[in-house]
Order: sequence, then C-alpha cells, then structure tokens
Amino acid sequence: MSTSTRAPSHAAAPRPRPTAPRSYHFPHFERRTLANGLQLIVAPVTKLPIATVIAVVDAGAEGESPGKEGVAALTARLLPEGAAGVDGAALAERFERIGASVESRADWDITAVSLTALSARLPEALAMVRDLLRAPDFPEREVARLKDERLAELLQQRTEPRGLADEHFARALYATSARYAVPAEGDATSVRALTRADVRAFYDARYRPAGTTLIFAGDVTTEQATAMTEQLFGDWHGARPSPVTADVDRAQAGQLVRVVAKADAPQSELRVGHRGLVRNTPEYFDVVVMNAVLGGLFSSRINLNLREAHGYTYGAFSSYDWRRGAGPFVVHTAVKSDVTGVAVREILAEIDRMRGAEIGADELTLATSYLDGVFPIRYETTAAIAAALANLVIYDLPDDYYDTYRTRVRAVTTSSVLRAAQAHLHPDEIRVVVVGDPSVIAAPVGAVTGMPVDVVSPETIERTPSTEAKS
Amino acid sequence: MQIPIETLTLPNGLTVVLSEDHTAPLVAVNLWYHVGSANERAGRTGFAHLFEHMLFQGSADVGANEHFELVQRAGGTLNGSTWLDRTNYFETVPSNQLELALWLEANRMGYLLPAMTQQKLDTQRDVVQNERRWSMDNQPYGTWWERLPALAFPIDHPFHHSLIGSMADLDAASLDDIAHFFQTYYTPDNAVLTVAGDFDAGDARRMVERHFGPIPRGAAKPPLPDMTVPPTFGGPLREVVADDVMLPRLFLAFRSPVFGSDAYYAASVAGAILGMRRGSRLHRALVREQQVAAEAQAFTYDLSKGSDLLVVDVTARPETSVGTLERAVHAEVDLMHRAGVTEAEVARAVTLIETELVAALQSAGERADRLSMFATYFGDPQLLNQQASRYRAVTTEQVNAVIRERLGRDNRASLLYVPRDADTEPTQSDLAMAEVP
Repeated sequence: MSTSTRAPSHAAAPRPRPTAPRSYHFPHFERRTLANGLQLIVAPVTKLPIATVIAVVDAGAEGESPGKEGVAALTARLLPEGAAGVDGAALAERFERIGASVESRADWDITAVSLTALSARLPEALAMVRDLLRAPDFPEREVARLKDERLAELLQQRTEPRGLADEHFARALYATSARYAVPAEGDATSVRALTRADVRAFYDARYRPAGTTLIFAGDVTTEQATAMTEQLFGDWHGARPSPVTADVDRAQAGQLVRVVAKADAPQSELRVGHRGLVRNTPEYFDVVVMNAVLGGLFSSRINLNLREAHGYTYGAFSSYDWRRGAGPFVVHTAVKSDVTGVAVREILAEIDRMRGAEIGADELTLATSYLDGVFPIRYETTAAIAAALANLVIYDLPDDYYDTYRTRVRAVTTSSVLRAAQAHLHPDEIRVVVVGDPSVIAAPVGAVTGMPVDVVSPETIERTPSTEAKS
Repeated sequence: MQIPIETLTLPNGLTVVLSEDHTAPLVAVNLWYHVGSANERAGRTGFAHLFEHMLFQGSADVGANEHFELVQRAGGTLNGSTWLDRTNYFETVPSNQLELALWLEANRMGYLLPAMTQQKLDTQRDVVQNERRWSMDNQPYGTWWERLPALAFPIDHPFHHSLIGSMADLDAASLDDIAHFFQTYYTPDNAVLTVAGDFDAGDARRMVERHFGPIPRGAAKPPLPDMTVPPTFGGPLREVVADDVMLPRLFLAFRSPVFGSDAYYAASVAGAILGMRRGSRLHRALVREQQVAAEAQAFTYDLSKGSDLLVVDVTARPETSVGTLERAVHAEVDLMHRAGVTEAEVARAVTLIETELVAALQSAGERADRLSMFATYFGDPQLLNQQASRYRAVTTEQVNAVIRERLGRDNRASLLYVPRDADTEPTQSDLAMAEVP
C-alpha cells in the first residue's frame, strides 16, 4: 500500500488512563400501596420536563388457557382501540393532540401500558390511560381487524428468515403442550379461533388492581403521582388474579437438527441452543458474565471467531431470553450459505470450550468492567428507568437490586463462570435450526453435528387441525 | 429548554462542540466526517461504508479488534454508521474515561494507515457482503433502500447509487483505495467532534488539543457534482419488483425541500400528518377504516443538499389486491393535495414532533449526534436549540403550500413490491403511470 503523506512522524500521545470515577446511584424511588392492592413506584427525575408511566398488569401470555394463545397480546393491543365509549380513532387523536405516546403490549410475563408525555400533560394523559385499563370496550370490528393484522404478520413471516428461525427454534425447544412453544402473540391456528368473548374473559380474569403496579419515572413528585393514582384508580375493585399454573416451559426431549427450506437463500439464518434458565436463577450474575464472554459482547468469543477471524457473518451473538419461566438460550447469526456447516461447528466448539476450562482473567474483566461501567449509561431516559423498575415488579427482585448490581457483577470469578458454564450449557441438549437452502446446507450441517437433518417447509409451522380441536 | 453549547475550531480546522450536563457521570464523544456514499467514485459503490468498518480494525497504537475492546472494557457503548452524505463514529463512556475515547478517535483520524492490511480488508469485505445479504438480499423488501434512491435521483446524481454497494464493487476495493479515501476525506478540517455530558470544559479543551491538535489539515477535498434537481419529478415514476414476499408493499417517494430549509419544517409536518402514529391520515384511512393496509407510515430522509425525500410506506393486507393498494394510497395523497390540512392536524403533528425531540435529548449520545449534525451541515450547532421553535412557527398555510407544490401526481416515485408468484403481474397500472427511465 502507499504510504501516508500525512503524519509521517508518529506523534500520538500515549494511551490515557482513567481518572477517578464519579459516583452514581440508580434513581431513588418510593413505593405506595392503595387500599385496593394497586401498587405504586415513583422515581422523580427532573432533568427534562418529561415523564414516563408504565402500568404493569399481571396479564402475560403465560396466563392464557390452552387454545387461547395470543389472547393476552390481542387484549393489550385492543385497549386503545375503544374505551369508555370513545372509539380508537378518537382516542389516538386525544393522546396525540397532547403529544403523548401510549403503547400497550403483552409479553410472556405481563402486559405493559406505557405512556410518555411532557410532564405538564401527564394528568390529562393518565386519565385516558385509566379508561384504557379500567373501561376498555373491545369493539367487535376492532377485534376482527387486529386478528387480521396478526394473521397478515404471520403470513409475511413465511418469507422472513429471522422471525421464521425464532419460531421454529421455539418449537424445537419446548414440548408441544408448553406455552413457550407457540409465539407469545399466538399462531395462525390459535389467533383465528379467538373471539371477543375470549378477550373479555381474559381481561376480567387478569386485569385487577391487586395485580397491577403503576411506575412513574421523570418530572413528577411522589405526592403528585400518588394523588393522581388515588383519584384515577382508588375506586377500582377486584380480587387478586389467580396464580399461573399452566405448563409454560417444559422442554422437548432429545437433540434435533432442522433445516427450514428457503430455496436459493444467499444466507443461512442460524439458531443453536437449548432451553435456558428462569430469570430468578440464583446464579444469574455468573450466567450473565459467562454469556457475555461466550457471545454477549462484540468482543466475545463467538463474534470474534465467526465475524472477525472468519468473515462468515455480519455478527454472531448468544443470549438468554430472560422470562419468569425458562426461556431460550440461543446463539443467533446469519452466515453465508456455503459456510453454514463450519459456522455450526465453530459455535458448538465455542460452547464446549466454555465448559472445558476457566476463561482468562482478561476475558473476565472485559465482561465485568463492561457491565459495571455501562450501568449508568443504561438509565439515561425516563423510559429506561421505568422499564428497569418494572423488572423489579415482574421478577420480584429486591428493592436494592440496582444498588447492589455493580457489586454483584464485580464478585463474579473465573471459577464461578466455569461452574455456571458446566451447570447450564448442555451440549447434549443442543438444537440446531437453520433457515436456508437445503441443497447447499443440509449435508454439511448433518456432517458437523453427526445428526440426521430434518428438512421442513416454512408452512409446517401451522399446527394440524387435529391438535387445534382441543377447545 | 436550552442546551448549553460551546464551539471552537482548532488550527487544523477541526470543529469542536462542547455541551456540558452533569446529571450522570457519563460522556458522549461523537465524530462526524463530512463524507458518505455520495462521495464515492464510479466502480466503488459501498466504499464509504466498507471504510467505516476498517476504522474499527485498529490504528498505529491500537491493535486489531482493540478499539471495541478498549471502549467496552472502559464500560462504554460504541458504533459507527454511514449515510449518503456523512459517516459518524460515536461512544458513550463513564465520564472518567473521556480521554480514552478522545485518544482512540484521534489515533484513527491521525494514524490509521500503518494498521491497514490486506487480510483485514479481505475479512471486512466478507463481513460487509454478509451485512448486505442480511439486511437486503435475504430480507423481504430488503432492497427498497437501494432501489428507492435509485428511482428518485437521476443516474449521475451522487444520491442515486447504492450505499451498501454492489458485490462486484466491494470485491474491487483495494488498500490503495483505503489510503486515498483516508487522505482525502478523513482530515480534521472535514470533521466535527462533539463532546456531550459530564466533563469540565477546560479539561476537555486541553485533551482535544493534545490528541487532535498534531493531526495536519488535509488538502481540499474534491467537490461534489452539482446536486440540484428540480423540485418535482416532472411526472410519475414507477417500478414494480417481484420479490420473495407474501404481501404487496408500496413505497411512494416525493421530492421535498432540503433538510434545514424553512419549507423543510412544513414538509416534515405534512409527513407527520400523513403518516406519524396511529392518529395519522394514512393509518386512520387505510388501516383502520378501509382495512386495505396492515401498516402505514411516512418519514423523511433529511437530506440537506439537492433534494430531500418524503416517503410513504404502506403494506397491504392479504386480501388487498395490488391495484387496490395503489389506488387507495394515491387517493389519500390526492385528497390531501386537493383539500389541504387543518390547523388541528398541524397542531397534533407539531406537538408529537416536539415531545419526541425532548424524549430523544435525554440521552447524551443523541444530543452529541444532533449537535454534530447541525455543525456539519450548517456550521452551527446552536440550531439544535431552535428546532422546537422552528416547528412551532410552522403555519397551516405553509404546510398547505408545500403540499400543493410537492404532493401532486407529477412528483411521485412509486416502488411497488409484489409477491413473486402472484398470478396478476401489475406491470400496467390503471393510474397510467409512466415507465421508469
């Protein structure tokens, strides 16, 4: 290469050292409980005239009855589509006229109605959120429309490799009867069968003051938040929702290698992993650090191997999908089709290597100093602070969780990481799911795994009518 | 709400923007280079972006892969991105690590080339080609962001060609290209450095001078060709793409006033009335009332030269025919073009945009990025503090004027995705759209 004409003499100053760190505390918050059991958490943050409120309702997909998969998501999405006699279009107009953004979504664990508004507009916006939570109308026309929109999304997903891979991977991990085997928003079979009566029944069973927490973060005082909540929710009555007893996370037995056929795909979308752990696992911090080293960071073993050493991919990462039940542990990447076999081999080798020996001291400190240092950066916005407080509620974490987080990260050692890897990475339970061109990838993937390769078409995800006839 | 802003220029031409905020012990460092895919020469599409990847491959005092590792070990987040007319690099770190971030950026601005090797280039070429497959070639509708600018800008215009680049052009990129591009565009006088967050201004100035001061100014960079285009296409443009998708999707682009101009704010409000959130016209009419669309939105590219693009993006419902989708979208735009918008609609859009602005500015990284943007495009970071008032000053008359001028049938470029195996090939539209040149 040609030599630089600039900076011929190398004049850079030596690498700087950090100065003394400034202390940081996660925003202070207070708790209140109304007489009806509704909980309140308030974190006043006054930097900008803005506030976020998240209503956490104990109405996640895990609380659905068999055959009603997707009713939690449908119910949540219907809340702003008509409430207290005001139709969805008018509700959207009322929120947006005051610049408020409101979103209601159900995930596996809970339903969250999230509101962000300029603090001057908060009382007005929160009064409308009250109607969404307490007086939804579930108009028949909107039920039909949102069902159709979910079905359209599922249809689109047949040619969308990432969504397709995630969905097939979940079905490969969990027993057919387990809720986690079917997408949180439901599949075509379950969504088609849902009715307005199902939505109403789910709402009546799960939306209760005693299962609900309102979280305020931003330019609002505890007194203001408490007064508004008393006024809007104080006269909401109902018993605590019954605990979830459904089979949520039972694993499918055995190993499996599956190719979901996408002819002529230039890339293979890969999922490699097995059932992971519940969020409340006692070794949470060891597992988080272990995963950071394995595939959680840009400079993790898997990304440096697949991306930086081999150029197989734009990125390769591993993650735990933390839920109340045991969500997936998965390595996910997309690799050029002709290297699919060797990419799977490298991923399996990296998982084995985590279990085979202690990580280096440098690897440990990279992960722990990253997680320790990045902590304040995660909570710059009212939305992020409120979401962090929501996690205390959802996973029943102690109130000092964020105050002790950094100490607990720093307490992880190379030997505790090895113990976590040996206890929680299971090479004999690995599932490999690849969305790609079977004519190119089936043989190499079979060869590196030593397993029979099950080739399926994208449509096979639909359950057959016989399994749907349970309701 | 006013953000404190201090600006200085080093003797080598580097613009430095400082914005203090001591709320939390963190600081954002953000560097904009005024170079993007528009500056690429013929046969080298995708090079600006490939080059961005190479900037993470180390420099004279930073090993391969060490850039990411040093920032993450310091407890920071980082990335870079390439756009049509700029490339940015950014990190947010604990405030006691500010000097490390500045040193890393200065080291690669001043002393990149000694670290460049053929092997690193070959690997990043593979990585970028995989990025192309991941984001475009193996993704439904993924090619839209290559096809739409190609449709909306003339063939010799700097915004016409692909930002991610063709596989052949990426294959052709050499180490000589790297050296040439670096020496031409990665010079202090072609960059803006912003520091936002928890720091002492005096300390920051000394650090910036120490690390960036010795880097020499560059030669004048080659001028871009004239970017000017007429305010409208002068007639409808249309391209139909048969793709591996299940549902038709229409992208409808309008030439619109350049980012930062008075008319831009009116056009941006028009776009929000059309397609921002569920209370917008497109969502209300097409998704909620007629139920012909599963999703509908509108957005602007925010290009500050030549012409901006306002884009409407609507995905059909399964039972909606391609013809119905096109007719319904055009009918909504026609209605707005014919009858204009109301004061209440303008107020809704301005309030939403303003709230979004406040929410975004909570983050030091966002503040830094926007300060760099205004300094790069207009030489004035203070413009960030005027955004809310400029939106508030927009009148209904101004919005309706820009709608009359820009949303007519003579200014629509239509990029239509249809399922590959569909029975009806809609090559002939009943809207009598002209063929794409």
